[in-house]
Amino acid sequence: MFDVITYPDPRLKQVATPVNVFDDALRAFVRDLEQTMRGGPPSVGIAAPQVGSTQRIAIVDVSSRPKTRSHGRLVLINPVITRRDGDVIGREGCLSLPDFTGNVMRAERIEVAAFDENGDRNTYVFEEFEARAVQHEIDHLDGLLFLDRLVSRRNDLFRRKVYK
Amino acid sequence: MKQWFMLTVVGTDRPGIVARITTRLFDNGGNLGEASMARLGGNFTIMLMVQYDGDTAALQRLLAPLSAELGLHFHIDEIEGRLHEHIVPDVRISVYGADRAGIVAQVTSALAAAGFNILDLESDVAGTERKPVYVMHIEGCATRGIEALTQAVADFARDGLDIRLTSIDTLMG
Ligand SMILES: [Zn+2]
Repeated sequence: MFDVITYPDPRLKQVATPVNVFDDALRAFVRDLEQTMRGGPPSVGIAAPQVGSTQRIAIVDVSSRPKTRSHGRLVLINPVITRRDGDVIGREGCLSLPDFTGNVMRAERIEVAAFDENGDRNTYVFEEFEARAVQHEIDHLDGLLFLDRLVSRRNDLFRRKVYK
Repeated sequence: MKQWFMLTVVGTDRPGIVARITTRLFDNGGNLGEASMARLGGNFTIMLMVQYDGDTAALQRLLAPLSAELGLHFHIDEIEGRLHEHIVPDVRISVYGADRAGIVAQVTSALAAAGFNILDLESDVAGTERKPVYVMHIEGCATRGIEALTQAVADFARDGLDIRLTSIDTLMG
């Protein structure tokens, strides 16, 4: 298990670099990253920069949440969002920023291409809560925290769901 | 030892008030905690946690020149400065409708009776002078579940108020 680093650690604001080699060392790192996620405070995802790594690796698993559409355990390496639809506001917190939650606008549905830890390329369609989790984690790979995307409560009254 | 105070400021709004107050506090060793500023009906209002090495009277004296110059009213209370203990709300409630007396009292009473604990409330009067529209936005914790709240406010919908309850699923990642 790793320690989760917290803001203002500058490593959280760095753009992570793509993974090129899919070997045992990578798989060992993914295992440790997943253990860190499951062994810490309850969370639905973690990204490599949160443990101080500069690799484009994220893990998402929203399957423990009731009534939530889920692909189960997901290892997303070098993930790319290829399509976004809809906007929806939801509340987020972050392991790397204790004691603060805020409202964030995210795409409601996204299509993502990513590699798994064996180097296989997969494409996914994520919706709703799972889509939010994936976007939160991919943001970490780009050095972004949900603080960079906060929206005011006052203005979201009539736009819980807006389709472009 | 430094004591925490809640500083409440009310006055006519004009540019630069926050900067003047906080600079005065900072220059004299004050430390700021959480704050909430709002412009309510054209009035400047702010509640500001201030940590200051002195008593209420000393803080009052420190701010007195600003009170005179900017026409602000300061109110100061000694408080416990409990930071890092945020409670995460699990329900968001939006209320809007034609403005009439008693909306807030009736809605919040019904919600309180159904186990709702308000953490955050903002309201505005929108529309026009002839047709005012009341808009209220509340976040809090439903100690007896969201269904109890939904039932508690069902009658208001018949009264022409639009009330929407949304559970807040906070994502942690
Ligand atoms: Zn995060």
